[in-house]
This record gives sequence, structure tokens and C-alpha cells, in this order.
Amino acid sequence: MEAVVVKNLVKNYGKDKIAVDDVSFSVKPGEIFGLIGPDGAGKTSIFRVLTTLLLPDGGSAIVDGSDVVRDYKQIRNKVGYMPGKFSLYQDLSVEENLNFFATVFDTTVEANYHLIKDIYVQLEPFKTRRAGKLSGGMKQKLALCCALIHKPVVLFLDEPTTGVDPVSRKEFWEMLKQLKAQNITIVVSTPYMDEANMCDKIALIQSGKLLSVDTPENIIRSYPEQLYAVKAGNMHRLLKILRDYDQVMNSYAFGEFAHVSFRNPEVNLNEVTTYLKQQGMEDIELEKTAVTIEDSFIKLL
Amino acid sequence: MPIIWTKYFMNWPAAPNAVNKLIDMKQILIFIRKEFAHVLRDRKTLLILFGMPIVQILIFGFALTSEVKDARIVIMDQAKDAASKQIISKIAASNYFEIDKTVRNSQEMKEALKQGEIRLAVIFPANFYDDLVHQNEARIQIIADAIDPNNATTLTSYINSIVQDYQMDFNKTNNIPYRITPELRFLYNPELKGAPNYVPGVMALVLMLVCVMMTAVSIVKEKETGTMEILLVSPFSPFKVIIAKAVPYLLLSLINVVSILLLSVFVLDLPINGSVLLLFAESILFIITCLTIGIFISVKTNTMQVAMLISLMGMMLPTILFSGFMFPIENMPVPLQIISNIIPAKWYYIMVKDIMIKGLGFGAIWKETLILAAITMVMLIISLKSFKIRLS
Amino acid sequence: MSEAVIKTEKLTKRFGDFIAANEITFEVDKGEIFGFLGANGAGKTTAMRMLCGLSTPSSGKATIAGFDVYKQTEQIKKSIGYMSQKFSLYEDLTVLENIKFFGGIYGLTNQQIKTKSEELINHLGLQQEAKKLVVSLPLGWKQKLSFSAAILHEPKIVFLDEPTGGVDPVTRRQFWDLIYDAADRGVTIFVTTHYMDEAEYCNRISIMVDGVIKALDTPRNLKDTFHANNMDEVFYELARGAKRGE
Repeated sequence: MEAVVVKNLVKNYGKDKIAVDDVSFSVKPGEIFGLIGPDGAGKTSIFRVLTTLLLPDGGSAIVDGSDVVRDYKQIRNKVGYMPGKFSLYQDLSVEENLNFFATVFDTTVEANYHLIKDIYVQLEPFKTRRAGKLSGGMKQKLALCCALIHKPVVLFLDEPTTGVDPVSRKEFWEMLKQLKAQNITIVVSTPYMDEANMCDKIALIQSGKLLSVDTPENIIRSYPEQLYAVKAGNMHRLLKILRDYDQVMNSYAFGEFAHVSFRNPEVNLNEVTTYLKQQGMEDIELEKTAVTIEDSFIKLL
Repeated sequence: MPIIWTKYFMNWPAAPNAVNKLIDMKQILIFIRKEFAHVLRDRKTLLILFGMPIVQILIFGFALTSEVKDARIVIMDQAKDAASKQIISKIAASNYFEIDKTVRNSQEMKEALKQGEIRLAVIFPANFYDDLVHQNEARIQIIADAIDPNNATTLTSYINSIVQDYQMDFNKTNNIPYRITPELRFLYNPELKGAPNYVPGVMALVLMLVCVMMTAVSIVKEKETGTMEILLVSPFSPFKVIIAKAVPYLLLSLINVVSILLLSVFVLDLPINGSVLLLFAESILFIITCLTIGIFISVKTNTMQVAMLISLMGMMLPTILFSGFMFPIENMPVPLQIISNIIPAKWYYIMVKDIMIKGLGFGAIWKETLILAAITMVMLIISLKSFKIRLS
Repeated sequence: MSEAVIKTEKLTKRFGDFIAANEITFEVDKGEIFGFLGANGAGKTTAMRMLCGLSTPSSGKATIAGFDVYKQTEQIKKSIGYMSQKFSLYEDLTVLENIKFFGGIYGLTNQQIKTKSEELINHLGLQQEAKKLVVSLPLGWKQKLSFSAAILHEPKIVFLDEPTGGVDPVTRRQFWDLIYDAADRGVTIFVTTHYMDEAEYCNRISIMVDGVIKALDTPRNLKDTFHANNMDEVFYELARGAKRGE
């Protein structure tokens, strides 16, 4: 049985705003599933439907065999949820928060301590500190512990790494990977494209619509053209030149390179280099490059 | 003329500054325009901005009156003679008073005054007319419920003037000056102090404001910080959340009750004439009523700001106006009197007065208790029904 | 030879015993795109506040656009633009009203405001949306509009505090096009960001750790120094041992 099944989900806010537009996907048990997309894409709305906090306007969703509308009580007993705002009790300490959430779920911290042990050891030195006084990365870890303490069947994490520094973000994903070993299904949303590679399967979403659902590898593999990376001194000028160059199909900045795809699959790279030199560019580097999720996202938009 | 101006300008070291000041003026104007846009586009604020003064003027205009109108009184006519009957009919004819009933003896009169709706009793002694005619002097007893000293003195002075009126008429038709002397007795508050009236009133006000606001804000805070979301997606039922939120404030408010009572007994010299236990029990009931109102407000609002605004502003004015301790409710126009019935503070104020000042027992206040309990039940049911188990 | 529009020397800010920013020293040239990176709590915001004239340093020196950061904060504020993720525009005003407002605040004349708003709206393609309330625009457009409003008065320097948070990849790049255009026109850009690929778009970057600038160089040189393939790795190397953030 699939852990999560979403079929033709629709959610509106008022008459003009379609937040979720006919979305369908499914998640296998024990999988890390990523919902990747920018703000306003509909990620939070989907999460709220799956955690039974919102009623869908169309379509259906089933979590661990329970329907989100009819069987919401059962779902509320067995899922873990981390909404996007580090919602913990700021004036309770680390251990008070943990104890509270354990009690709310009718269990104790000891019962499932093994689940959170690796994460909690980092928090333990601060266990009497008020949650409000923790750093962003620490708050995140605490929130994760509180969401796990009752051994949920499915863990829903809504943008857990947003606003957190890159180092903490990396650590967080390491923790998630280790949770997989406990066979907890994890559904996580993020606007950071590079985090997509940490997931088993991802759904790219923008403006309420799914652009693609597959493993990161497959999505990358299905990129239609060969992608090239170009570098030449001034990025800004380079982009302008490439945009006006008729051989170029798509070009955009990508870190220190510009990613380019050409109309002609058999493009002559020397020709391109010469052209760029003619336009006054220097120090030109031009080579094939691997496609990333971000490239795929841009292509699909 | 222009020469003077030019000289002025040239010698003015701050001339460039003047241009700067002009730009500042423009900046201020632009800012003002923006502020207008904000205000005019916010319908809810507009409503409060323009609606509230109108409502306040109307209510204050009508409610804020120390004019006496149809005040309910009882008469004990032991004389039943021409003089007493004439005075009584004068009283009945006036707009100020409405004779609730005529009592036959002291016992009935005491009962009537206890009930609280009767603020005043007029007693004509047995040989009223005879005394007047044969001894040129007769007495009338006026007994007033003086918990609200202002109201009491107003009522007694009106009765007095009616009596003096009669006296003048009587003297006109006869050549000997006759005198009717009123004997005033102020019940429950012989010294006409303010405290007996204000303490119960302030108790009601304080408990109402604190309980409503604190509960409302505390529940809405969970909504705002997002912890409510987590609680919803858990086996913890919303009913438990509400109860858990309310209980601390129940206990803390009892402490408030204790401190107010201690202060009034030992500092304001206002003893508790009735059962302290009963007073506490009714206070608990009233606190629970206020907590349920707070819960209701929290269910209907989503930000702490709005919750606080409604709790403070929305509750304060009606409570002050309609509890009856500042402006007697009987003096208000009938529609407002009807509205006052749904204000819990009105009933609590009556109960505290009855227990603390009049020293009465449960028999006198069971009606008010029932009403408060009913209001509480209704609020609780509505709150639970409106409690959203989902967002939006 | 470009003049330095931002010049700091041992700029420090203390809150009691806590040194939020410790002897910050660097220079930024005119027209440069300078990336100011660091983990949360590293002291970035404190440093930026001092540079904007919003907070008085505890010690050290700094001049912004030639104005002294202690004595001439009003002039500093007039020569800079500022945009942050938290506040950009007034949501209950229309696009045009926002532009007019900010133009007026920055002291532009009515004629200037008129010209600039037309330019801006055409440049961003917002002709249809000009009279709509900002709240109805998608996030990406809001950010682009907000940036344009911040440079409406052609300031010497514009400070951008995480301007592209949560925005889709295409819009982010469009945003950076705007930044490039502005830099071409001679506006100096001082930007903080969590996106490491955006660090690559900058001419030079500085990375703050525990209140101190631990690295300051071009992206290429930093990668060489730390033997890293991308800025992500550079940042990780430096920020890993950070004590703050607990």
C-alpha cells in the first residue's frame, strides 16, 4: 500500500486564486519525497490538505490508507507535522517542549527516544534553554524531534530548511537520510533546487501545477538537449551576447557559468568560440556540462 | 519692496535650507496621502472610526441620564385617609415613579426592598391626616435603597418635592401653616458612601476584562505562532485545548477576587454582610462565564491584536454601561434595558450587592445564578460548535 | 581606477559584552557587485545596519558614499537605497501609488516621478498591473518592483538583504538582470544572500563567521584558495567551525 496517494487534487482560495491545480502523485512507504518549488507554488496548501488541516475543493488524498476528509481523526493520530514556521513554544525549554508533544500524542519521550537520539544529542547541552533563544538550526532540530517523538507513520515537513544557513541545511538532510532507516515515510517541501538530489522521488511544482514527478535521476536524464557551460569574463555582457546569438536556444546564468543549449545538436563549438571572440569576449571557456534539477525546472517552466 | 526681500534672502544663511524644508513639506504631504490610502482602504477600521462615535453618542445620550423615570416604589399606607390618598395619587400621576404595589405591613415592605427592583418605600403612619390637621405636623417615612447613593438621594428628593407640593396646596386652602416632615432612612448604606456601589461594580468589570482578554489572547496566540496547527494534527482534542487554556485563568482570577475583597473589607471599611462562601461560589460562576466569552472571541478572531481590541474595547463599554453600577438601568430607555439583560456583569453585580451589602442568601439570587449559568452554557456551546478543526 | 564608495576600517559593534561585529575592514568600489555572506547570527545584519547609517558603531571608522558613518547619517540615507525580503512595498497600495510614494520620499520632482514610473513599468512589463494593488502580484514581480523602487532615485549604493528568497529560478535570474543593469549604470550593489550560486554573480564576496570577516576575494580566488568546486563548498569549509548559532 502506498504511504500517500494524491489524485487530481484541487484547492482554491476565493474565486481567482487556484492554489493547487489538478495535482496527482504517490509516495511509497519509507521514501523521502520532495515537493520542490518556489513560494506560492502550492506546496503548503498541498501539505495542509494531506495533514487534514484544509478540505480539498476537488480530487482526493489518502494518507496511510485513510482518506483525508472522512478519516481525518485517524490521520491526525499517526502523522508527524512540522509547519513552516518553527512553531514551538518559545517560552518553554527544549525538554519541556519535547515532553509536551510526547504527552499530546499519548506517549513518552523514553518510548521512542531511539528515533531522535542522534538529533537530540546535539540539543542536549541546551535542554533547559528556552526554545525562543535557540538559533535557527537548533530550533529546526528541536522541531524535528517533536514531530518524531510519537513514531509517526508519515512525516510531513513543510519547508524545514527555509531561512536556515547552508551548513545547518546540510546537517538537516543528513538527519533525514538516517530516518529512512527507521522506515518512516518523509514528505518534505523546499524551494532549494539542490536539495532535490537528496530525495528518492521529487515533484517539481510551480503555480499550483506539477511540472514533473519522478526520481531526480530520471528527470535529469530526460532533459532533451545537451547542455553547455560557457564562461567569459563579464557574465552580464556574455548573457546579452548569447541572447542575441541565433544559434542559441536557451541561455541563462548559472553560478560562474552561463548554461546554454543550442538549436543544432551537432553544433560546432569552435564556431561558437570564434563568434564570442568577435563580440569582444575573452578568456572563453566552453564545455559540456551535466544537467541539474534547476536546469530541468527552468526548462519545464 | 522687492529690494527688501532680496536683501533678506541674500543675507539669510539658511536660504538653501528653506528649499530643503520645502522638499520636507512635500515629503510629509506624500506620506500623509499614503496614510489616507491605508485608512480608507481598510473597511474594518473605517467602520470603527466613523461608526463608533455615532454609536457612543447615541448610547451615552440615552443611557447617561440621572433623570428618574418610572422608578418602581412601594407604598405602605397605614392611614388610608384623604391626605395620604391624595399624596399617593400625586406620586402615581408623576412620571418619575411607578407604584409597584401597596404593601400592608413591615414584613412585606422589607421583602419588596430586598428584591432590588424596588428602590424606595413611602410609609404613611396611621393617623396621618389627623396629625396634620390637629397637630399641624405629620410625618412621612421614606426608606431608600442607598447602595447607589446618588440614585437614592435623587429619588428621595423627588418624593420630597411632591410632598412639599402637597403641603403648599394644603397650606393655601387653610390659613395655618402645616408641615409634613419626611423621615429619611437610607438602607444598606446609611453613610451614603460610594464604596458599596463601586466595589461590586469594579469587581464585575475587572473580572470581566481580565478573564475575557487573557483567555482570548492566549488561544489566539497559538493560532498566530502556528502551534495550534500542530495541536490540531494530533490526537489532542480541541475541547481539551480550550479547557486547558481556561483553567489557569480561573485560578488566577480567584486570587484577584480575594485581593479585592480583602482590600474592600480592611481598607475601604466595607464588610461582607452575607456568606463569603456563597460570594466565592458566585464569583467562580461569573469567572467561568467570562472565560467562555473569551473562548468565543478567540474562536472568531485570528490575530492577537484584534482579540485584544475586541476584549478591551468591545467588552469594556457595555460592561460599564449596562452592569448598572454607574448608571441605574431603570433610568434607561426600554430597548437598552433589554440589552442589559444579556450582559453577564449586570447579573453578577446584583448578586454581589445582594450578598455583600444586603447580606442576603441564595434564596434571593437563585434567579440571577440561573441566568448566568444559562449564558455560560450558550456561550460554551456556540464556541465549541464554531471551533474550527481545520484552518480557514 | 574606481573610487571606493564603501570604506570601513575596524568597524565594530558591541552589545554589552557581546561583540556582534568585530573590526570589520574592507572597501567596495563604485559599480561593484559585492556579496556579503555569512550564517544567521554571524553579524551580517549588524554590519549592514551600521553601513546604512541605521546603527552607530561602537568603534572603528567608515565612510559610505563619502559620508562619515557617525556624523553624516542623514546624508548617507539620502545616497543609498535599501530593499529587504521582509519589507518591500505597501500591499494595499497600487503599483503606481507605490512608485509615486517612494519617488516622493526620495525627493524626486513630479516630472521625474512621472518619467521614471513609465520607464519602470515598461521595463518590467507591468503595464496591465500598474493600477492593481501590490498584494495581487506574484512574489517574483513584487521583488522586481521593489528593487526598482529602491533605486528609483539613482542612489550611489543599494543594499539588498536576501532579496530573492523563495522565488523561482527564472524570476531570480530576471532579478539579477536588473542588478546587472544597475551595476552597469554605476550603482554599487551590496547584497546578502543564502543562494550560493548567486555568490558567483558577484564581483567579490566576503564571508562573515562569528562576527569577523573570514574571507574576502573574488569567487574564483576563493575556490582556488579552499580547493573547492563551488561556493557552497567554500562556505561550508568556513562556516563549519562557527561557534555562534547555538
